[in-house]
Amino acid sequence: MNPDTKAPAEALFSVAGLEVALPDMAAKPAFGRAPMIQILKGIDLEITRGAVLGIVGGSGSGKSTFGRALLRLIEPSAGTIQFDGRDITHLDEDTLRPIRRRMQMIFQDPMSSLNPRRRVGAIIADPLSLHGFDAISRRVDDALDHVGLPRSFRQRYPHELSGGQRQRVGIARAIALEPEFILADEIVSGLDVSSQAQVLNVLGSLVKELGLTLAFISHDLSVIRRLCDQVMVLQRGVVAEYAETDRLFSAPQSDYTRELMDAIPLPDPNQANW
Amino acid sequence: MSAFLTVDNLSAILDGSDHRVLRSVSFSIDTGEVLGLVGESGAGKSMIGKAVLGILPSAIRIVEGEIQLDGHNLTKMKSADRRRLIGATAALIPQDPLTALNPSRRIEPQITNRLVDILGWTKFDARVRALELLNEVHIDNPERVMASYPHELSGGMRQRVLIASAFAANPKLVVADEPTTALDVTVQKQILRLIRELQARHSTAMVFVTHDLGVVSKVCQRLAVLYGGMVVEKSTVPDFFEGPKHVYSRSLLAATPKYTDPDASLLPVDEGVIEQVAAQVRAADREWRP
Repeated sequence: MNPDTKAPAEALFSVAGLEVALPDMAAKPAFGRAPMIQILKGIDLEITRGAVLGIVGGSGSGKSTFGRALLRLIEPSAGTIQFDGRDITHLDEDTLRPIRRRMQMIFQDPMSSLNPRRRVGAIIADPLSLHGFDAISRRVDDALDHVGLPRSFRQRYPHELSGGQRQRVGIARAIALEPEFILADEIVSGLDVSSQAQVLNVLGSLVKELGLTLAFISHDLSVIRRLCDQVMVLQRGVVAEYAETDRLFSAPQSDYTRELMDAIPLPDPNQANW
Repeated sequence: MSAFLTVDNLSAILDGSDHRVLRSVSFSIDTGEVLGLVGESGAGKSMIGKAVLGILPSAIRIVEGEIQLDGHNLTKMKSADRRRLIGATAALIPQDPLTALNPSRRIEPQITNRLVDILGWTKFDARVRALELLNEVHIDNPERVMASYPHELSGGMRQRVLIASAFAANPKLVVADEPTTALDVTVQKQILRLIRELQARHSTAMVFVTHDLGVVSKVCQRLAVLYGGMVVEKSTVPDFFEGPKHVYSRSLLAATPKYTDPDASLLPVDEGVIEQVAAQVRAADREWRP
């Protein structure tokens, strides 16, 4: 399937001409406003319902900013974002709140994104009560079952868990709210290789089982290849390439994509270009 | 010829317990050779690097074994002598280029102070050497970088500065502790090439601590795989990537991402394998008497 020819009706997200500018605090004068830096420079994209989209790019390419703009954690400076047919580009926080439940996020660092003073059960339950869910206890159990953690972990604190287990708590917290869309921002980059695979497998099977739409931000093309249907390569705020995963890896079109691929140190002493 | 660095049967404990954090670790490195220390978090790989440089945390105590550096037995030396010897022969490339540099000082003194204060160079010589090194790590405008503060430089630039600083006093041994983990892949490639280049040019012996087998395959000639502070496998790099001998190393290699081979990489490590290697660690502990 060519991503360009999909009917707009099945798009969960439609992004058109998206621009984001953020203040450059490093260049801020002692008095007065900081100059703005253009981070995203006109991005068009549709995320199909049920698709797993990979977003790659070097540091500073704008991949996290793009993810945050999708979730409206940042307000774009130009362009539009439609979520499920509704324009959310400039909605205020009160109007956004019911929509927020439907789009969840899993963070890079599971230690700083889990409250160290709350038990796992409470960490998963809090957003549920915030959004007015019933049967919260059962939902917490279900979420833990889904990510393959024992229910007894409700009583544990984050510091009592391994990195991979913590990240699975992050996933459980996100899926407990029955969202349609999940943004996963570099969720395995802080993990040991042995737990990376586990977390990816858990996430991959949940996406299928629950019919989720996933945007998966990573700097690691190997991880992207494992999980994603389409890949968007970002370079300095511009889409360098957007393609089906298989095609991207078999025939990368942009020089930047090739450069990223070549730069990955494969576990192979005879890798070319090194 | 005997090795430049020999670690022989080294065990360390957490003070006040009988819990070993290093378990009878042995390896050696010749001049001009790069040894990779590979393992997951908590495997003790950084700890070994710190032991070699004599910068173990005060709560960790070496209870057994020897470290021989350039023919001197570090474990039997007086601490002042040991510091002088290590300061003159060895250097560290740290993991995080932001925290390793003092944010409130310019780059120049951060490179030259060690040369002046510890090695007794003149300020002029130290400055000349610093400029020369910044050139060597391919920094285009060394004068400007010397006058900059760390926050004015990118992550890759900061890591170049630290590499320059590590090689400043012509060390015969460099310990690189995950030097590229905080960097972007394209920058990582440049930095790894740079480390390889400097290491080869100066025939430095090098301990390269990393969790990434991909990185090991690019910079090391030999490697030691660690689990629970114990060396589970030692091998040359070509042999290892042909097929590791230990079951844990095999799992580790199969878990390593490899985008060219999506079906045979990024495989979860089997719990049975972990149990097996953990049992090996316990068995070693039962036989061990301090």
